[in-house]
Amino acid sequence: MIDFELPDQIKQQYAMFRQVAQASMRPISRDLDENEHEKPWDFINQMWPVVQMQEAYELKRAERKAAALAAGEKPAKPRKRRPSTVTLLMAHMIEAMSWGDAGIYLCIPGGQLGGEAIKAVGTIEQKRRFLKRFTEGEPKWAAMAITEPCCGSDTANIQATARLDEETNEWVLNGEKIFVTSGLMAAQESDGFVVVWASVDRSARRAGIKSFVVEAGTPGMKVTKTEEKLGIRASDTVSIVFEECRIPYDNVLGSPEVKKKDTTKGFKGVMKTFDASRPLVAASAMGIARATIEFVKETLEKDGIEIRYGLPRHRLTGLERDVMEMEAQYKAAWLLTLRAVSMLDERRPNAIESSMCKAKAGKAVTLITQKAVEILGPLVYSRKFLVEKWMRDAKINDLFEGTGQINTLIVARRILGYGRRELK
Amino acid sequence: MISFEPTEEQQMLIGAVRRFADKEMRPVYRDFDEEGEIPQNLVQKGWELGLTAAGIPEEYEGFAEERSVVTGALYAEELAWGDLAITMHLLAPGLAAYPILLCGTTEQKESYLPQFCEDEFKSATAALIEPTIRFDPAALKTTATLDGDEYVLNGNKAYVLLAETADLILVYAAEDGATQGFLVERGTEGLEVGDREKHMGIKALATYELALNDCRIPRASRLGGEAGCDLGQLMTLSRIATSALAVGVARASYEYALAYAKEREAFGEPIASRQAIAFMLADMAVDIDATRLMVWEAAWRMDQGKDAAKEAYLAKMFADEMVLRVTDGGVQVLGGYGYIREFPVELWLRNGRGFATFDGLAMV
Repeated sequence: MIDFELPDQIKQQYAMFRQVAQASMRPISRDLDENEHEKPWDFINQMWPVVQMQEAYELKRAERKAAALAAGEKPAKPRKRRPSTVTLLMAHMIEAMSWGDAGIYLCIPGGQLGGEAIKAVGTIEQKRRFLKRFTEGEPKWAAMAITEPCCGSDTANIQATARLDEETNEWVLNGEKIFVTSGLMAAQESDGFVVVWASVDRSARRAGIKSFVVEAGTPGMKVTKTEEKLGIRASDTVSIVFEECRIPYDNVLGSPEVKKKDTTKGFKGVMKTFDASRPLVAASAMGIARATIEFVKETLEKDGIEIRYGLPRHRLTGLERDVMEMEAQYKAAWLLTLRAVSMLDERRPNAIESSMCKAKAGKAVTLITQKAVEILGPLVYSRKFLVEKWMRDAKINDLFEGTGQINTLIVARRILGYGRRELK
Repeated sequence: MISFEPTEEQQMLIGAVRRFADKEMRPVYRDFDEEGEIPQNLVQKGWELGLTAAGIPEEYEGFAEERSVVTGALYAEELAWGDLAITMHLLAPGLAAYPILLCGTTEQKESYLPQFCEDEFKSATAALIEPTIRFDPAALKTTATLDGDEYVLNGNKAYVLLAETADLILVYAAEDGATQGFLVERGTEGLEVGDREKHMGIKALATYELALNDCRIPRASRLGGEAGCDLGQLMTLSRIATSALAVGVARASYEYALAYAKEREAFGEPIASRQAIAFMLADMAVDIDATRLMVWEAAWRMDQGKDAAKEAYLAKMFADEMVLRVTDGGVQVLGGYGYIREFPVELWLRNGRGFATFDGLAMV
């Protein structure tokens, strides 16, 4: 049945996250923007126990599943199971946190994208070895390293290599990765890890690309640069160089075998991570969008300007039309996001819906925040308010996890039934 | 729990309506547009889908166990995908029936609603729009004045669907400045059906100007009796229906353009292999899906008894612009052929432009 009601449990948790955002993020938002590279330690320490609980729960579930499989039980048929709400909850958490501050949200410790990759394709041994750290001790981070100076979305061109040293049974990584979100925290400042995409056979192009887990402090992995950015300044974005970096054989995720050359079979599995992560990036964008719209409406209200819904077009002011356009764009993107998220929870393929919501959310939040600066004028161009910062923060959503154009390209290929040869 | 899946019953209904749209509407809609007429036998066939009666409860001889605006939005999209003019003709009786159902007095419901559940198409309509660029449903120029036991209606209306054949017209008029509905039966003195209007699109649909010159009706014909009607709720319902129609029209154009772009070759490959074309199609797909979800959300809110006024209004604004963008894109993808009437996309563009002016012209 078509239904837009959130389960009560998520409503409650969403309300709680919104409170945290208001109380712990907003007050430090401006400071961390002005002082790039500083970390919100109080906030990190506050969130860490929450992260630990969630990670412990997920790890326990993975253990149970593995035990059941080992005992020869058939996994329950997905259709019979009640749909999970894990992603729905996560999307609401991210939306609420990004309403607080999108850069600070990215500082939340835990597995993040790197952890997701292991959860998606890792063996139970790998999950134990790499994810247990998020359930104990000091805050830790994980990061995902894909992009290189030469190429981002053109992943087939990845230059980083992983060579198997058969004598020691180790992978030897070489190459340079850039734009690694939380890379500093994951690779150097905590006992975290980085999931690195590298090729085991460059002539096999996409089929040769595998992902590897490199733990913090591994010799040969070095953070070489911390970027200075337009927005989300509380979050670190770094370059990492791998130089004869040796990791155990078992740190490869999925099968290390290269399937038939020039096919994309193995690669498609890797790309699946994006189907899960893109709606969550969209959710982050929507948090910024909601923050902006709320601020615009409150500011106008204080000035005695009411937005009158329901009037015929000719009676609306230009300002009203702008605000309504912002709200409609927000609604459109948020509903597309919820659809992609709920399909994930229902374990249905969502590649097209995932790219649709990411493309739409990136565009919508860019438009909404830029429009807000225009509407409220000189008042909010000033750094006294957060609107100008939200506009700068927002832009990242149309860039990372695939630019708006790449996501549009994915949607186009899917609706046309075209591959990369038919539609470049 | 959040879900975007129609129920099995709804899916069956969508299937039936889609078959009708595909088999009965698609083969003939172009001719109807050229000729400006919709043959009665097709209207009758469409009526037999029982869509209007499906929204009327059993106590009034309909077969709605539970009236659902979501279901209405679902079938409205499918019908409009077939053809907008035929759809608006088929749904016109709902313009009188649903306001009676929602706001009518017991007598009004008992006397009128069963008529909409009969086997024969029941021609009925509403008169809301007025022939002025400053038309505002909440500030009508047409007036209703109480005179003893009668209301006297005066004013001019436009876009009155099926006015010439309608047995019942729900006329909206300002009573002491507030919009109320008045049930005017065919043949009432002072009710003058004017000329058939000629529009840019929906050319097969018969719409008329209407003049009310001291048109007297019994006091009991005020919709909802003493309590009257809530215009806001009716406008919300209409905005949901109209937006769902816009999604259907947009989808028709998008699907045609998509198929064409894969067939048509230029420079040795299908034009869909160029990002300039492929990105237009992708944007259309995103726009259409987004609008549909907005329509569903507003419809769901109505079904839940929640306030849906703002959601429906924003959905309508978004849908009006979306359907123009998408149908214009449809013409653009076809290039010069898109301008030729042998191809359907120009018709969808003409219909698509209409949505910004369609206020209160459909209900589900």
